[in-house]
Amino acid sequence: MASHRPLPRVPLPGQPDRPAPDAIALDGVSRRFPGGAVALDEVSLAVREGEVFGIVGRSGAGKSTLIRTVNLLERPDAGAVRVLGLDMLALDDAGLRAARRSTGMVFQHFNLHTRRTVAENVAFPLEVAGIPTAERRARIAELLPLVGLEAKRDAYPAQLSGGQKQRVGIARALASRPRILLCDEATSALDPETTRDILALIGDLRDRLDLTVLLITHEMAVVKAICDRVAVMEAGRIIEEGRVFDVFTRPAHPTTRSFVAEVIGLDVPEATLARMPPPPPGTIRRLAQVLFTGPHATCPLVSEASRRFDLDINIVSGRVDEIAGEPFGVMALAAGGSAGQVGAAFAWMRELGLIVQELDR
Amino acid sequence: MSWLSPTLQVLLVEALWETVVMVGASAAIAVAFGLPLALLLHVTAPGGLSPNALLNRPLGLVVNATRSTPFIILMVAIVPFTRLVAGTSIGTGAAIVPLALAATAFLARLFENALREVDRGVIEAARAMGATRLQIVVKVLVPEALPGLVAATTVALVSLVGFSAMAGAVGGGGLGDLGIRFGYQRFMPEVMATVVVILILFVQGLQSLGDWLVRRLSHR
Repeated sequence: MASHRPLPRVPLPGQPDRPAPDAIALDGVSRRFPGGAVALDEVSLAVREGEVFGIVGRSGAGKSTLIRTVNLLERPDAGAVRVLGLDMLALDDAGLRAARRSTGMVFQHFNLHTRRTVAENVAFPLEVAGIPTAERRARIAELLPLVGLEAKRDAYPAQLSGGQKQRVGIARALASRPRILLCDEATSALDPETTRDILALIGDLRDRLDLTVLLITHEMAVVKAICDRVAVMEAGRIIEEGRVFDVFTRPAHPTTRSFVAEVIGLDVPEATLARMPPPPPGTIRRLAQVLFTGPHATCPLVSEASRRFDLDINIVSGRVDEIAGEPFGVMALAAGGSAGQVGAAFAWMRELGLIVQELDR
Repeated sequence: MSWLSPTLQVLLVEALWETVVMVGASAAIAVAFGLPLALLLHVTAPGGLSPNALLNRPLGLVVNATRSTPFIILMVAIVPFTRLVAGTSIGTGAAIVPLALAATAFLARLFENALREVDRGVIEAARAMGATRLQIVVKVLVPEALPGLVAATTVALVSLVGFSAMAGAVGGGGLGDLGIRFGYQRFMPEVMATVVVILILFVQGLQSLGDWLVRRLSHR
């Protein structure tokens, strides 16, 4: 890929780095549909250059309308839309078309031309931009290997799998060398394995082509796999926003909590609990979910707590995972001992910075 | 065709040729006028590429009015117009005018339906890629709808074969006219049977050709 400078990976937004300029800035964007339904209610959002920003929400939350306001497929009734410093709402038709060419978009249902081959589909944005045939051909020869579709250049979309179709969609979105990639539920029509492949591809392309990615999804797993920051939407508003790791480990809003539980929640097996003998007389047993993050992810906390507070600690379930490159562990503990000691142990863990959530039993 | 006299055989071949000319010419005219009309209807419709009720409504009304007039009446009603266009109001050439008019209105609606079948997502993607409206029509809408447009044209061709049988009313000739004048009015069932069989084969041929083309064009 001679045409793309190999660029170092951008620093994680969480790390102290010089503030990057905003690639996308929405300010007080509102959109009401004819009929009165409010799709967007004064949404403000800043996507920094080089990051992967996720917007997660249930269907009808307004996320689809939101991503469409970025390239003005949907015109907001109020608010400001700036993309790469450009005031989108002030542009005339020609200016808007030019701006749209610097913003690639990938769609849930791929939206490929059924009567064009893979190569012809990828060529479409170049045709539209008036790029001469020879140049188009050269660009396609660069793009298809990038998404691993050299062998399919003359196939029609109907002959491709869902994952391959989305690869065509991605190649097409990148054809005119945009700096921003908008992903509208790009993996929602794909199976879990293909979803992983496509997300890995998007992440890889972000690094190699120095892209800024804004994606919307209803799956928290997508956010966990690829995003640096995330905003949670509900009823046309952003209800929570932050670094993915923070939102996952310390969700504030109940909706966010339920989203997070989908991905890192632990199912405590009922049968295991039933098989545990009743706590000895004079003692209690409490069940808690403990989230280990940062330096504590590797500490021998269970044995330490057991010694210090004279507890019997049973690990009911647990696993170690990674969010946005940061390791974390989550486990469900059944801690047995005197009432005071159990409470003290949980308090001690919290003091160490662990997130302890007592499970209702 | 030994069951027909040599004179009738000549008449039959002439009539077949007249049918081919009437159907072919009026279909060609109908496609040439019907496609732009359908595009205009589609693009100006509410939610279209450039919605325009002021254009869409009257246009739709004219198309519907033409479609709802029975062909035999339309043919007679527009005689002054036919005379203006064809220079005469009788004969094969004169029959082409009302046939083309009826087929244009018919095709405009069929084409409009075919255009509506195009996936809105592909149009949206083209918008997102900075395509102009004209580019969307020329590079997305029409190419994506092409199999549907061909299928619609096949339907119109078959209907035109039926309409052309009424062209005898203005001296247009053709197979249908031959069947009426010889088969029916002169009590010659063998002529009627021959005409019907030829028409069936003709329509079958058109339909098969259309189906084959649609299969070749679509990649679904």
